[in-house]
Amino acid sequence: MGGHAHPAPSPMTELAHRPIKPLGTRPPLMELQQVGKVFNGTVTALRDMSLSVHEGDFISLLGPSGCGKSTALRLIAGLSMPTAGRIAWDGGKAAGDLGVVFQEPTLMPWATVAENVFLPFRLRGRGFAEVRGEVEEALSLVGLSNFASAYPRELSGGMKMRVSIARALVTNPRLILMDEPFAALDEITRHKLNTDLLALRERIGCTVIFVTHSVFESVFLSDRIIVMAARPGRVIEEVTVTAPYPRDEVFRTSVEYAAHCQVASQALHRAMGEPA
Amino acid sequence: MSLTQPTPAPATPTLDAEEARRLRDARIDRVAKWVLPALVFVIMIVGWDRLVVWNEIPHYILPSPGKVIETLIKDWAMLFEALLVTLQITLMALAVAVIGGVGLAVLFNQSRFAEMSFYPYAVILQVTPVVSIAPLIFIYVDSRTAGLLMCAWIVAFFPILANTTLGLNSTDHNLRDLFRIYGASRWQRLRYLQLPSALPNFLGGLRIAGGLSLIGAIVAEYVAGTGGIGSGLAFRILEASYRLNAPRMFAALLLIAVTGVVIFAGLSFLSHMLLRKWHESALKREV
Repeated sequence: MGGHAHPAPSPMTELAHRPIKPLGTRPPLMELQQVGKVFNGTVTALRDMSLSVHEGDFISLLGPSGCGKSTALRLIAGLSMPTAGRIAWDGGKAAGDLGVVFQEPTLMPWATVAENVFLPFRLRGRGFAEVRGEVEEALSLVGLSNFASAYPRELSGGMKMRVSIARALVTNPRLILMDEPFAALDEITRHKLNTDLLALRERIGCTVIFVTHSVFESVFLSDRIIVMAARPGRVIEEVTVTAPYPRDEVFRTSVEYAAHCQVASQALHRAMGEPA
Repeated sequence: MSLTQPTPAPATPTLDAEEARRLRDARIDRVAKWVLPALVFVIMIVGWDRLVVWNEIPHYILPSPGKVIETLIKDWAMLFEALLVTLQITLMALAVAVIGGVGLAVLFNQSRFAEMSFYPYAVILQVTPVVSIAPLIFIYVDSRTAGLLMCAWIVAFFPILANTTLGLNSTDHNLRDLFRIYGASRWQRLRYLQLPSALPNFLGGLRIAGGLSLIGAIVAEYVAGTGGIGSGLAFRILEASYRLNAPRMFAALLLIAVTGVVIFAGLSFLSHMLLRKWHESALKREV
């Protein structure tokens, strides 16, 4: 999928250029070093979290409510300052290194789909004409090329989420953060978006940190699952999902998938202090 | 959306009793919405006319509707001139209220300390009746027009300030986070996030302010009192009442009421045009 290796000029030159290397051989991207967050000086939301993120990783933060997974995401996003530890980006962090997808689509209702996807560029002072290609390409990657001039209210929940994803990847960020993006969708739509997200990742080779409380979703999507526990929020263990990509609907019903789910599920039970 | 259709769709759509009733009700509502108020209008005018004729009420006490219209036509030159004066003050006051209201709202939003310092005084200005402030204003302000404008502004700016402030403060939290992540400047956040979010609230305030600036202009004219050339509708009413010219009072009143309705309708139309593409208030719901 490496765009730069193609002999013929590909229309995807801007976004599709990062081949995903196998686990263990990936270059480092950023690191959380013993990061902790205490609110009001009393509530420990996150304690001593260490995590190395490598280029091409699809990491899920899996855990019950209150395990600090959303806090960790906000810390990585720079929306909140760590009380302890530090977050280090390999080569420093620049504007446009991050794309974010929230639990809600979080679109501006007064702007068209294309204008919503254009937002990250607009905030960096770029004109629409300069980046029209990137916006159109991001929309085509999420299958919404025909809806560029639609308003968010005209779209279904799943389509709004696709716009949100297009906006997150339009700047070709080094890291995309996703905070339970599909939790509010129905199961059919969620499965479809999970599959499409993986296909997207194969094409553009993005690095993703994905917060979820679903064992099944985390196993389907990720190659690394960070299992977390609550009160105080902390990392319990890491589960590696070795099943090769691309994963599709066949994988979802395979024995291998079920076995990985069982491992992750047991880890989650240990995290919650219950017998597996 | 269904892929399988067990029975072929009928050539003509059929309506069950419930759907037929719903359609019929909708049709009746569409017609009644216009016919009923028109009917009430006709009944009231005829009733008013009969009341005057049957009781032989003299026109300087209560003129008949015909007499009011007659006076409106007869005095049109003078009343229309007065209407233009009142309208000018009203629209200028509305414009200044928009600038002042939105300007203060943005200032309060950008600076917490400015809001803490001045918001209480904005409230005090609003809750003090303008009729009690107006005589003072006319003592200190030489220009009659400036005095009238100031009175009308005091009445009209607050709804715009209050609503716009609410709108600026109620932006979606996730969108705010997103703007922060993308490193948006204060100005970008205001321009691309807060002002568009506040637009529906601002337009709601504007519709109220439109009516209030007319009221403010009229009240100020009553207080200002002095007549002659360049007098508005309120002064014409006052003047006519001294002369027991009830038909002219009614004619001027009619003009004021119509002006108020036109201002409201115009602002409602503006609001609809600006919001129709995206805001919930402008959407038609299905079923």
